[in-house]
Amino acid sequence: MKNQQLNEKYNAYVEARIPKTKPWPSLFNSFWVGGVICLIGQGINDLILYLFPSMAQQSAWAWTLIIIIGIASFLTAIGVYDKIGKFAGGGSIVPITGFSNSIASPAIEFKHEGIIYGTCVKMFTIAGPVIVVGVVASVVVGIIYYVIGLF
Amino acid sequence: MQYLWVFLIGGLVCMLGEVLIITTKITSARILVAFVLIGVVLQAFNLFEPISAFAKAGINVPIIGFGASLAKGAMGAVESSGLLGAFTGGLQATAGGIAAAIGFAFLFSLIFSSKTK
Repeated sequence: MKNQQLNEKYNAYVEARIPKTKPWPSLFNSFWVGGVICLIGQGINDLILYLFPSMAQQSAWAWTLIIIIGIASFLTAIGVYDKIGKFAGGGSIVPITGFSNSIASPAIEFKHEGIIYGTCVKMFTIAGPVIVVGVVASVVVGIIYYVIGLF
Repeated sequence: MQYLWVFLIGGLVCMLGEVLIITTKITSARILVAFVLIGVVLQAFNLFEPISAFAKAGINVPIIGFGASLAKGAMGAVESSGLLGAFTGGLQATAGGIAAAIGFAFLFSLIFSSKTK
């Protein structure tokens, strides 16, 4: 009983303390920043296909993603991406650049704990679950697809 | 015109993520996981290709595209090499992105140190 009261008090305290993001500006910012990141991706993709017209569409996408992942990692390293993240929220998390940021950011932050236990381990604190869930789901889809193909 | 659709659809997808953050307070890791799963499911029901043909980067740059490539790779590899493909296809298709993200992060972590806050 007493614990519950304490919990309620604590929750009320936390509720009062967490920074309030005003929903409308943050929705708007996530919209246009996310849109611009996608535009940059499209621009790079079109540029690649313009420079190398014989390249397959799929390879062009792979290059596009590698390039924007590289840019996002660099922006993370110089501390710019986190500023964009504070401003844009979902707009910087949902694009693949957010995935790249989630790897680069802890890798650099925990560097002081050593290359193996700092950089290499902490790299996957967010990306780990993403890769695990994604791979498991894709294996399941592949197996179902195989079984359906048998009939 | 093409670019307008890329901007609008990409923006809407990202805004959907922000809506999830505001309404449920879920962390960025869960957002990424959820959107990867959306991509896998869309591709599994063959819905991703028609959206992608129309939305281009608007759907391929968000992490939904990563999930879709995983599933698409697995399905494609099942067609070419049978059950083995279910295991090899997903990572093969996404190897570029994963290796780039890990490689750049490692490289930059050697060069840069975090700013003390």
